[in-house]
Amino acid sequence: MTTDFTQDFFSLLGLPRAFALDTERLDHAWRTAAAEVHPDRHASRPEAEKRVALMMATRVNEAYQTLKNPVNRGRYLLSLQGVDTGEETNTSMPADFLMAQMEWRESIEDARDSGEVEALDALSARLRDEMRERVAELAVALDTAPDLDAAALLVRKLRFLEKLEQEIGDAIESLLG
Amino acid sequence: MALLQIAEPGLSAAPHEHRLAVGIDLGTTNSLVATVRSGSAAVLADEFGRSLLPSVVRYLQNGETVVGHEAQSEQTRDAQNTISSVKRFMGRSVKDIKDAPALPYRFVDAPGMLQLQTRAGVKSPVEVSADILRALKTRAESALGGELTGAVITVPAYFDDAQRQATKDAARLAGLNVLRLLNEPTAAAIAYGLDNGAEGTYVVYDLGGGTFDISILKLTRGVFEVMATSGDSALGGDDFDHRVYCWILEQAGLHGLSAQDGRLLLTRAREAKEALTEHLDTRVTALLSDGQAIDLTLDQATFRQITKTLVDKTLLPVRKALRDAGIQAEDVKGVVMVGGATRMPHVQKAVGDFFGQPPLTNLDPDKVVALGAAIQANVLVGNKTDDEWLLLDVIPLSLGIETMGGLAEKIIPRNSTIPVARAQEFTTFKDGQTAMSIHVVQGERELISDCRSLAHFVLRGIPPMVAGAARIRITFQVDADGLLAVSAREMTSGVEASIEVKPSYGLGDEDISRMLTESLSHVQDDIEARKLREAVVDAESLRDATVSALASDGDLLAEDERQLVDTALAAIAEAIAADDTRQVNQATHHLNKVTEDFAARRMDRNIQRALKGQNIAEL
Repeated sequence: MTTDFTQDFFSLLGLPRAFALDTERLDHAWRTAAAEVHPDRHASRPEAEKRVALMMATRVNEAYQTLKNPVNRGRYLLSLQGVDTGEETNTSMPADFLMAQMEWRESIEDARDSGEVEALDALSARLRDEMRERVAELAVALDTAPDLDAAALLVRKLRFLEKLEQEIGDAIESLLG
Repeated sequence: MALLQIAEPGLSAAPHEHRLAVGIDLGTTNSLVATVRSGSAAVLADEFGRSLLPSVVRYLQNGETVVGHEAQSEQTRDAQNTISSVKRFMGRSVKDIKDAPALPYRFVDAPGMLQLQTRAGVKSPVEVSADILRALKTRAESALGGELTGAVITVPAYFDDAQRQATKDAARLAGLNVLRLLNEPTAAAIAYGLDNGAEGTYVVYDLGGGTFDISILKLTRGVFEVMATSGDSALGGDDFDHRVYCWILEQAGLHGLSAQDGRLLLTRAREAKEALTEHLDTRVTALLSDGQAIDLTLDQATFRQITKTLVDKTLLPVRKALRDAGIQAEDVKGVVMVGGATRMPHVQKAVGDFFGQPPLTNLDPDKVVALGAAIQANVLVGNKTDDEWLLLDVIPLSLGIETMGGLAEKIIPRNSTIPVARAQEFTTFKDGQTAMSIHVVQGERELISDCRSLAHFVLRGIPPMVAGAARIRITFQVDADGLLAVSAREMTSGVEASIEVKPSYGLGDEDISRMLTESLSHVQDDIEARKLREAVVDAESLRDATVSALASDGDLLAEDERQLVDTALAAIAEAIAADDTRQVNQATHHLNKVTEDFAARRMDRNIQRALKGQNIAEL
């Protein structure tokens, strides 16, 4: 007996396979699916069913986390089409992007060293704007005018930006206490 | 919300039987047990009408153990053998307990978790906690007039894996069937939300005797979704007592107190703190063993001043949690106060000022956690309820592994919704390497030494290959209790080296069953009969569940698959008829195995049905 665990996350949650996503519908689909498979709903049931519920609930949560975050969603859509974004191995980036990265890093370090939480918050807001722009480009490269190479590059860029955001968050946290 | 299509008639031998289930709040200072009776949750009191059981255990000369008020009243006289606030020691070593030298106990530094030397021998915090749980179990069983089917035990949301595991071990040791470990603020949110029909974003501020939790929850149509949680598992009302205690020492110019005098003054300090909730000042009097009389007056302003840093300390996790949830203080619709320490007026004021609204205090902060746990226990045990609700909780601290150079690499980030799993691939470092050492840690810091070490284990039997050729996939699974399990598989050879992580803290399964058997030794004769009865009940409920599943979803099975299930069903009937515990357990195990995929297909079908229903509803 085999179960179809190869079913993709979009069909698992009954959503169209596309980058454009109605987040409210995703939230709702996740809660609906979780309500069926959550271990709490099977706590007084036979062992086999409890094990399966744990597996299914884990998978439903993974689907939600993957689709909710645009970078993860983009990467996942690419992987469904056989494209590996190669974020660990492919580090070649356009020179202007790398320059911009260095500037970001310096600004974060300066703000952290001078203990300015407001400055870090402002940087975080600016970074999120930049990410929104890249995400809009990613939507085009995946949905409207498909260009998988461009999409893969955008995912790699967004991964860099996510790491910067994490650094800002860590810096704020270290300043707060 | 969608109806549950899996719950069928014939769920158990007696479908309408009300199963006895309780929620237990195992607190640092006090513990409670509650249950749902005729539709509403209530705390169970002792024979004197007292709901709170002081979390104090005393080991007597004659080998007896007393728990609660009786133990508490002798605490000053028998400090070394009377253990209070044992929750602080769960899953902790001596070096974790900052004030250990000031405590009247004889600590034994054991690997992983400390132990306490008492006249009844060396006790682990797990055993002491089990004594408290056993007292609550007895109270519940005599109040409800029957054996408990299961219990939900609450833990601070900010408890790490070691502390959770220790709590679960204690419950098992007390002979409780643990339905779920439930986070305390989440339990409070259930009790509060179901009572008030709340919708929107709520904060639960839970300052207990020894722990502080903050949880941010989104309540939407019966779904309690935890967005973020944070806290401090070593900050609580006890620390306020300690500040007052230090103030007394300072004012009276005392030092080098005996364990007995120390305990006495700590009690007076707690009483003074409690008095200041209602009064502007209070007198602190005590007669020490050397005849010295203490007579001081503590006013609210001084109390506020000496404990201000503690109150401020709680606001840091509050900020962190808001940040993680991606919301601002003004997005919060209500702040629910939980835990006896939130009675302090200056705590309420600080929280009110921070959120720009008075906190909600309409539920008894001491009872609300136990009530929420009871409501969940009632659902988990399978009793029918009118409410259809779902709880989506998170893991409080990131899980990671040690990489080169003593750094921690995060595998599962904090605030991930549980259950959650993440797989990571590793490779060998040297040619012909056949073993690999994995170190699992929990915490947010970059350096391994700043995180809590959860487990070390060695993977053996990797086929010898050149460096970097082996691919070992390690899966980290966190279940609905927030507990971690790790498994590993070598991908190139397909060798499944499923490993069990037996953490360095906690007790092994063998330890637990040994202790359990010891504590049950006086009823040894019943054990065999009991085991058979339990095995038969399990087998019958599985059989009934399978039969009803076949009736509704039998079409999901191919003919040969159906035959396998039918054969396994027949084996169950045969085993039950034979009155053989081993045979019954084997048959149950087999039927469970052959129906696993069937269960998965049915759940899949139910998801698709529910989603379709949802889409139609949207149109």
